Amino acid sequence: MGTGDGGRETGVALRAVGVSKRFGVVRANLGASLEVRRGEIHAVVGENGAGKSTLMRMLAGMYAPDAGLIEVEGRDVTGWSTREAIAAGVGMVHQHFMLVPTLTVAENLVLGQELTKGVQLDRAGAEAAVRSLCERTGLTVDPRRLVSDLTVGEAQRVEILKVLYRGAKILILDEPTAVLSPPEVVELWRVLRRLSSEGGTVVLITHKLDEVIEISSTITVMRAGETVGQVRTDETTPAGIARMMVGRDVRLAAEMEMDGGRGTGDGRAALRVAGLTVPSSRRPNEVDNLSFTVRAGEIFGIAGVEGNGQTELIEAIAGLRAASAGSISLGEADLAKMSVRERSAAGLSHIPEDRHRRGLVLEYSVGDNLILGLQRRFSVNGALQRERVQANATRRIREFDIRPPTPALPARALSGGNQQKVVVAREMRGREYSVLLASQPTRGVDVGAIEFIHAQLRSARDAGKAVLLVSADLVEVLALSDRVAVMYEGRFVAVLDRGEATRERVGPLMVGVETGDGGRGTGGSAEPGGEV
Amino acid sequence: MIVLAFLVQTLRIAIPYLFAAAGGVLSERAGIIALTLEGWMLTGAFTAVLGAHYSGSPWVGVLCGVAGGVLAAALHAVACIRYRGDQVVVGIAINLLAVAVTRFFLRLAFDSSSNSPRVVGFEFGTGDGGRGTGVLASLANPLVPLGVLSLVLVWWILYRTPFGLRLRAVGEKPEAAASVGVAVHRIRWIAVLGGGALAALGGTYLALEQHQFTDSMTAGRGFIALAAVIFGKWEPRRVALACLLFAAAETLQIQLQGLQLIPSQFVEMIPYVLTIVAVAGVVGRAAPPAALGKVSE
Amino acid sequence: MSLINEAIPDPAVAPLSRLSSRVGRATAALLPPLTALLIAAVVGDLLILSFGQSPAAVFKLLLEGTWGNAYGFGQVIYKATTLTFTGLAVAIGIRAGLFNIGAEGQLAMGGFCAALVGLLLPVGTPAVVAIPLCLAGAALGGASVASVPGVLKARFGASEVIVTIMLNFITLAFLNWLIATKLNVAESLHTPEINAGAVARLSSVIDAFRGSAANFVLLVALAAAGYVGWYLFRTRAGYDLRAVGLQPEAAEYGGVKVGSVWLRAMLMSGALAGLGGTNYVLGYKQYYEEGFAAGAGFLGIAVALVGRNHPAGVVVAALLFATLSQGGLAVNAVVPKQMVDVLTAVVIIAVATSVPEVQRLLRSTVRGGAK
Repeated sequence: MGTGDGGRETGVALRAVGVSKRFGVVRANLGASLEVRRGEIHAVVGENGAGKSTLMRMLAGMYAPDAGLIEVEGRDVTGWSTREAIAAGVGMVHQHFMLVPTLTVAENLVLGQELTKGVQLDRAGAEAAVRSLCERTGLTVDPRRLVSDLTVGEAQRVEILKVLYRGAKILILDEPTAVLSPPEVVELWRVLRRLSSEGGTVVLITHKLDEVIEISSTITVMRAGETVGQVRTDETTPAGIARMMVGRDVRLAAEMEMDGGRGTGDGRAALRVAGLTVPSSRRPNEVDNLSFTVRAGEIFGIAGVEGNGQTELIEAIAGLRAASAGSISLGEADLAKMSVRERSAAGLSHIPEDRHRRGLVLEYSVGDNLILGLQRRFSVNGALQRERVQANATRRIREFDIRPPTPALPARALSGGNQQKVVVAREMRGREYSVLLASQPTRGVDVGAIEFIHAQLRSARDAGKAVLLVSADLVEVLALSDRVAVMYEGRFVAVLDRGEATRERVGPLMVGVETGDGGRGTGGSAEPGGEV
Repeated sequence: MIVLAFLVQTLRIAIPYLFAAAGGVLSERAGIIALTLEGWMLTGAFTAVLGAHYSGSPWVGVLCGVAGGVLAAALHAVACIRYRGDQVVVGIAINLLAVAVTRFFLRLAFDSSSNSPRVVGFEFGTGDGGRGTGVLASLANPLVPLGVLSLVLVWWILYRTPFGLRLRAVGEKPEAAASVGVAVHRIRWIAVLGGGALAALGGTYLALEQHQFTDSMTAGRGFIALAAVIFGKWEPRRVALACLLFAAAETLQIQLQGLQLIPSQFVEMIPYVLTIVAVAGVVGRAAPPAALGKVSE
Repeated sequence: MSLINEAIPDPAVAPLSRLSSRVGRATAALLPPLTALLIAAVVGDLLILSFGQSPAAVFKLLLEGTWGNAYGFGQVIYKATTLTFTGLAVAIGIRAGLFNIGAEGQLAMGGFCAALVGLLLPVGTPAVVAIPLCLAGAALGGASVASVPGVLKARFGASEVIVTIMLNFITLAFLNWLIATKLNVAESLHTPEINAGAVARLSSVIDAFRGSAANFVLLVALAAAGYVGWYLFRTRAGYDLRAVGLQPEAAEYGGVKVGSVWLRAMLMSGALAGLGGTNYVLGYKQYYEEGFAAGAGFLGIAVALVGRNHPAGVVVAALLFATLSQGGLAVNAVVPKQMVDVLTAVVIIAVATSVPEVQRLLRSTVRGGAK
């Protein structure tokens, strides 16, 4: 811990000591600690699943810890309620907005602490209060607008205003930039600095190192539910933080990079995407006029901060989401008009990003999950052939070392790594395919399974399959890909060959920062409509 | 004269709908499905008759009616809020329960399987005087203005009070309400109990106007009120209009009965057909409160 | 939910959770109905006591009047036949993630259509032709009513709960109009007797059932239960249907067209409910009568719920509710028969509330054990 006794003098606003929390069989925090001084901007960093959000929610009174101590301004507040936390000036801005879409901005702000005139709501008073708060903080938003009509950036402003309205002196933000555009991020930093300069304390969860370096004065690093350490931002480097964050991954990455880029990539074009535009509920061009080709025998990796259109791209190719323009072809087949099943029959395999939502029917047995999407192959005249389903299960369980080796067990009962092995076994071994969409293939999976899945992806490539890999884990993309595209706001800002794609080069591109040579490698042009 | 009679009869038919629909809006806007309106009404009608019978006072009847509705609503709240039971299943069961319980106690209290003895109602002046005064006298019932005011009251609560703001938030996004310290379950409890009381007033009005309780006397009125809630898109002013529209259709059918223009069965269908059209979104989708029917931890 | 399955493997806990999940599944399936029966028994005692009677004597009377003699048992079988159909109808809907509350109207329409076919056929049509045609008419009648919520759900995402509730009233009003104006026997609310398609009573084979309405539509009900079981668990379409009910997005990913599965499930549900109408029309009265459904469609929800949406469970639950219903008549001289209707409602509420409660308790047991 780098704070020493300096923290004592400036005053500790928030402290967590040895905090543990479990959800069912899952350990979210184990002896996590945190010490935040008054008036600082404190970043809490770590990978997905490191336990950051859970720890923050306990600080904000949403969960009670199973063990450990939480102090605010020196007072023991362990296990307090949201209401008590708000009263004590601790407010949290959630990653998923806690706003009521059918209410106005002013109504959302005052909810729970309404201004009244007699027994009636004081609407004018509420709107005036919002306006004066806007002026004081520099965050502007029209108090009369419905929240459902706001942009994401505006909605976040309302979230922050909501917390400030309640008199928060300690502001906790859970991945605030995940949904923001770069100008909105700049705006957010300005507001946070202002709050901090006025004596407010800011705790910020993020896993983006550039942000950490830019905004924070102190950093706490978490990994696997524990606190790895705390450092002062000006005494460390991105590499230093990364080392603390990933631990094992650094070694893994080193080994993997040696191995990467063996693919020839000169096979025929297996998957062609041209001029593809995909709308989402948020905007009409979540994927924006995108064109690229994945060749047989290569792994084409897409790097990028989550939420830049990767999910929509993969779902559009798989047939799970409608595109508004563009074409998708697999070999000679035009996929665009095909159903999910027809695309699959045409040779498309898909490891989806969220195995709990899409990849598995959690209540179904492992055996039944191993035929999801392949139902027709395991049935004759509409009747499922149970013996074949069983034989298939036994075989895949053995091949992929799925534990426990019980086909009848519901998928829900398996660990994350073994659940993912079920998906991978089905998509990569259970069927004929020429193109594999692998979306976040190792998310929430233990180290052993990661190595296994990476080996599978490589051997698919070596067997001449075209692999389209999407991962939020840059190390993974760099380690596996023959070509790397960097996706930002629905477009590829660069497509780099294996040799050019380095952390230093890709990292800034992911957050929309162009490097010296414009970020365009020999891998091809990233212009809309251009052939990549 | 005919117009006046038409308006008066429409209003009289609309009163139970207005009460029950007000209860329905209150409950559904807080996120609890109001399939139980029928059961709450029937329970209220029965307990109102019990009260009026044993006390001889219509006011005691009203109080007992409200108490009965609140009791039935409390059962619904325990099952759906405390124990997270499926709101549709519990709602249907409570409707069955209301029919069975009222029949059971009808036998226990009055030893009849069809109806209670005659009880007092709200009579001011004589009902069998001149025709014109008869029509207007039927409105001289304190429950009539109360019924008209019920949806106004619910509108005022929803849009003009802090409680109403919280209630709307709870029905739309309970986790957001909870994150700012709003007690989601407590708000839902109050909404359901209030809904039960209002619906029971509708049943009370029916029973006191007919001066007795008869088996299953609400005869689907709770479902017509529910249809009005949905057709009125959960917004009190529109819901009130829907109640009046449905009542007017019924009145028209009754007044034109001799002419046999449209079979009565087809007039009966009107509220239900309109509601299906509304939820199918053919003309402007009726979107329910987002958290309606969802379990909140 | 997803929290429980989030990564971070913990070898020390995994085997325990697996064990609990197995024992838990059995417990989760059986505990709620058993709890519900216990609660219902207590409520029943209180009601009986309120009438100044002895609970033991009344329950004894109830059993004697149902399972204690052939006539009573025949009536239980008769009532269970209709309930099996409506229970299966609701269950197959729930398996697909749909709540069909319209079984009541579909049942009535099925009965009406069976009678209509039986009336249209010439007198003397052989039973092997007439009965299948009447059954098909019933199934089609029920399915046609259910097609409305099916199509509206698949096309517009309209709530099938609201549509089926509203459609019950529309269907019944429509049938009442038909009976009142077009098809009734004078001074009655029923159609003339059918010309062909009557199904024999059980008493034609087993004399002891004489007087009871139990008939061979029972076999159709059992066949339907068998078919539904086979369909749900042994066919590809059943695999797709259950996947849609459990996780529509995973089903979609697996190439299943969710909308068409909803429509198909709704049509099957309606057809099953419609077939229920033949028990009365073909097997008992040989005519359609206004109001014959008498709540059997709504009771189907209770049957499916207590039977845990499994065909075998549905048959057992149908017998249970049929016993209660017939038992009400057996004890009516001592306590009002509505007592059993109260108990039925109490069972539904208790099951509906104990299912999530039992799951919650099981989860917290796992959590507690994991510490």
